Amino acid sequence: MNPLAHYPDSDFDIELRLLIEGIYLKYNYDFRNYSPASLKRRVAHALAQLECKTVSALQDRILHSPQHFLDLLQYLTVPVSEMFRDPSYFLAIRDKVVPILSTYPSLKIWIAGCSTGEEVYSLAILLHEEGLLERTLIYATDINPHSLQRAEDGIFPIEHLKLFTANYLAAGGKRAFSDYYTAAYGSAIFDRALRRQVTFADHSLATDSVFSETQLVSCRNVLIYFNRELQDRAFGLFRESLCHRGFLGLGSKETVQFSSVAEQFEPFARNERIFRKR
Amino acid sequence: MNAILDPHRVQALVIGGSAGGIEALLQLLPALPADCPIPVVVLVHLPDGHYSLLPDVFAPHVALPVKEADEKEALSPGTLYFAPPGYHLLIERNRTFSLSTEPPVHYSRPAIDVLFETAADAYGPTLAALLLTGANEDGAAGLAQVTRHGGTVLVQDPAEARIPTMPLAGLRATGGQAIVLPLASLALALRALRPEER
Ligand SMILES: C[S@@+](CC[C@H](N)C(=O)[O-])C[C@H]1O[C@@H](n2cnc3c(N)ncnc32)[C@H](O)[C@@H]1O
Repeated sequence: MNPLAHYPDSDFDIELRLLIEGIYLKYNYDFRNYSPASLKRRVAHALAQLECKTVSALQDRILHSPQHFLDLLQYLTVPVSEMFRDPSYFLAIRDKVVPILSTYPSLKIWIAGCSTGEEVYSLAILLHEEGLLERTLIYATDINPHSLQRAEDGIFPIEHLKLFTANYLAAGGKRAFSDYYTAAYGSAIFDRALRRQVTFADHSLATDSVFSETQLVSCRNVLIYFNRELQDRAFGLFRESLCHRGFLGLGSKETVQFSSVAEQFEPFARNERIFRKR
Repeated sequence: MNAILDPHRVQALVIGGSAGGIEALLQLLPALPADCPIPVVVLVHLPDGHYSLLPDVFAPHVALPVKEADEKEALSPGTLYFAPPGYHLLIERNRTFSLSTEPPVHYSRPAIDVLFETAADAYGPTLAALLLTGANEDGAAGLAQVTRHGGTVLVQDPAEARIPTMPLAGLRATGGQAIVLPLASLALALRALRPEER
């Protein structure tokens, strides 16, 4: 049943704007420049799940209870991820980017919008196999504290492992994937050594600034939720963070091409959406 | 003339289908005239890994430019768009495409419901939506939204659909407000999508 079926559109739109504004004023989470269609769907879904009749009722609830805001945040962000999602991306990192990264004595990598950590463990495994993990610092950031906690825990439902294993192999994996986790109680618990070099941190591409110089930024399937203006802000941060000739990896449908920093990047692996700072 | 797709009114056409959809589309899409004045967006469920083939499969049979919809791309008239694999395809009010990795709907990503619902929101009464053959109920909730926004709703005649589940669900969801037609008549309606004469 569609929760919006009997809700006048114009009311929903007004209340949605007020909700987003309220969240910004109260909690400093800035969703004002997110793509509206998906945001609207996610709020409609939250209404049904959180059993609120109207967006105004939801607003009332979240403004007066940080815990309820955290509940809503689970719907506003999209905590959906996969290990080695788009294996060809990780294969290109392994075959084309790693040889260049190897020339640096020490490395810093920023995974922006890391969600529940699948991308972090994927890159850590890859760097480990290429002998780079020991001299790398990985910053894994997101705005969803629940997701960051789950990322840090590194425990994933065992039923996802079939897909993750297939992806790992397609991404040029060199070992048995099961070397990296222990199966217990329906979960796969990933090797703690993989996150020794990882710092998990709350950081918003919408409101925060650059915190470190990096050689590689991987930001996948986050920018699709932003409008052009906010995309440009995020691209600006990546450009600022990246060292001369640093790499920027995006999701399979994302590009710097139409952004305000387009001129400052060149395609490095075109199909895999890896760009290099000029 | 009382056209099914009134060219004075319809500003975009969205089409959804599942099992049997490719064959149905091969009957339908070649009918689109080269000077079709509106964008046409097609979402047909396929096994993962097959979606990207669609533009190449259809390009030789269709008079319009055919492409995969890009993130933030503006919908342009006279263009046939296919949904890319692995993402939901949404239409914004400013008539650009968005993508999302929200969880699958009816086990599908892309899902027809997501496309239809957001297209209805973006185009209101100027949207036409067509639901074809399929073995699941994706698209029915979307059609209901199109109806609610006053758009034109077309459903392939379940009697001739290879799998009638999807068109039947669409009919149930729209409570008698859908126009039910066989593919041959739907093709005629598409053929009539010509620029208005002034
Ligand atoms: C669909 S997930 C992408 C996960 C992973 N990168 C991948 O491709 O599988 C999108 C993530 O972006 C995060 N996100 C949304 N807005 C953000 C912002 N302003 N700054 C940083 N992360 C954000 C969400 O919390 C969510 O975890």
